[in-house]
Amino acid sequence: MRKHFDGLRLAGRKVRRPDLTIATEDHNTPTLDILKPIADPVSKLQIDTLRNNAKEFGIRIHSLGDADQGVVHVVGPQLGITQPGMTIVCGDSHTSTHGAFGAIAFGIGTSEVEHVLATQTLPSNRPKMMAINVEGKLKTGVTAKDIILAIIAQIGTGGGQGYIIEYRGSAIRELSMEGRMTVCNMSIEAGARAGLIAPDQKTFDYIKGKPHAPEDFPAAQSYWETLFSDGDAKFDLEITLDADVLEPFVTWGTNPGQGLPLNASVPNPADIKDSEERGAAERALEYMGLTAGTPLKKIAIDTVFLGSCTNGRIEDLRAAASVLEGKKIAPKLRMLVVPGSERVRQQAMKEGLDKVFLDFGAEWRNAGCSMCLGMNPDQLAVGERSASTSNRNFEGRQGKGGRTHLVSPLVAAATAIRGTLSSPADL
Amino acid sequence: MEKFISHTGTGVPLRRSNVDTDQIIPAVYLKRVTRSGFEDGLFAAWRNDPEFVLNQEQYKSGTVLVAGPEFGTGSSREHAVWALQNYGFKVVISSRFADIFRGNSLKGGLLTVILSQADVEAIWLAIEADPTTQIKVDLDSRTVSYNEVNRRL
Repeated sequence: MRKHFDGLRLAGRKVRRPDLTIATEDHNTPTLDILKPIADPVSKLQIDTLRNNAKEFGIRIHSLGDADQGVVHVVGPQLGITQPGMTIVCGDSHTSTHGAFGAIAFGIGTSEVEHVLATQTLPSNRPKMMAINVEGKLKTGVTAKDIILAIIAQIGTGGGQGYIIEYRGSAIRELSMEGRMTVCNMSIEAGARAGLIAPDQKTFDYIKGKPHAPEDFPAAQSYWETLFSDGDAKFDLEITLDADVLEPFVTWGTNPGQGLPLNASVPNPADIKDSEERGAAERALEYMGLTAGTPLKKIAIDTVFLGSCTNGRIEDLRAAASVLEGKKIAPKLRMLVVPGSERVRQQAMKEGLDKVFLDFGAEWRNAGCSMCLGMNPDQLAVGERSASTSNRNFEGRQGKGGRTHLVSPLVAAATAIRGTLSSPADL
Repeated sequence: MEKFISHTGTGVPLRRSNVDTDQIIPAVYLKRVTRSGFEDGLFAAWRNDPEFVLNQEQYKSGTVLVAGPEFGTGSSREHAVWALQNYGFKVVISSRFADIFRGNSLKGGLLTVILSQADVEAIWLAIEADPTTQIKVDLDSRTVSYNEVNRRL
């Protein structure tokens, strides 16, 4: 964006490695009429500025309408740019997503982006290491999203502060690459700048054949196979989660740590011992318009958002479509389906998923960050309540006064059918 | 960037935990292509509430924000730092900061000071008892001092 490049220009610097730099348009882009001029003049200026800077500094950019446009954390992996052993940074906190490939990937601020563009380096303190072992087998209807929401509820929004998390265990190994991305994506919501998973055959198979896969693939793979923690590796902290007993998870409050199994009820702040947490829960219930003791499944939803860098990939759309097929949307409810990238959109249309969503009564949009952060026109109105497959339920995140419940794509789909927070098992 | 050696000013008690960067400045303000003028977006959703601490006359000239734990979680937007600085804050004190926010703050010259939650509570009480309480944050001696209290960073 302009701010990064202004600094370079002022100092007379160039981008050191344009060949290792990529830009895409995602955060503020519209998801309707994408080839018309952007209606919001402030957004238009920001996008025009990015396009001009990319041209001036020789950086590859995937603009609206480009076959590879989309949310940066969907685009990188699908192009095979994200590979094990890499260090990847981006001016976005969900860069942790790329850790699913055994890369060290983390979000940075504007000033650091400028520094990286100029030098291709970044000074960094050595982080502490945390191992989260997720052992066992997930029940039907329980997904990667539920794993990470349960982890954040357990360790809190600050639990990962100062750490890089390595996710391990049989339930993690069992996840697809897209599921692993969902888990790593929300590491930042637990306070960890990065989360990663050791690469394995699934990782190699995912990268193979992608446009940016290494030319000498066997050589690359033999290096990637060395990237794992030793059996006797010492971690600063180890946590274990039992996958066998996990249930679909949903947030009730205004930070991602305020989550519970879908079968639970809205908690009573009076039952919380810690005074800080109690105060936060009281404020959250007031903002969310919820009463303690209400079963979560009784909460009525106005809008369902399926998309984002957390759950906007093809497997997420397939999972939701499998639940919706042949059903009709709940009265008065609106559902936005926003693919994570143009490639995901094209793939979904090839499989006829767009028709499933449209027949159901959902809106089928173009790729972008959309309602995850409401920086474009896709926003919640004051008091409107969403079930969202995104990553943040902060006050006003999806629109001023909007109320967000974070859910998996399966729960999002079942909720769109029933009109209240639900899992496919409730249908 | 303005050099930070020592700062003395009055405090603003923000008795909330988990103040994420979406609260510090909502995404709709991030579309601008400058680094200045973000003060109107600072805590935008709360500024309409006359009871909100920044709207209380006695705290209007405060330059030291004293916040609850987990300050600055969420989005990496450096605009959060600019919004606090544009408004006039020089220092934020909390018992816990999110990593990315803290890194961004130090890059921009906004000092983030970590004290124990008990020390934060004591400062809240002191400011609320007397909003003119002068808080001095000194990097040379690595101390935060107010009234007769002196805490090492």
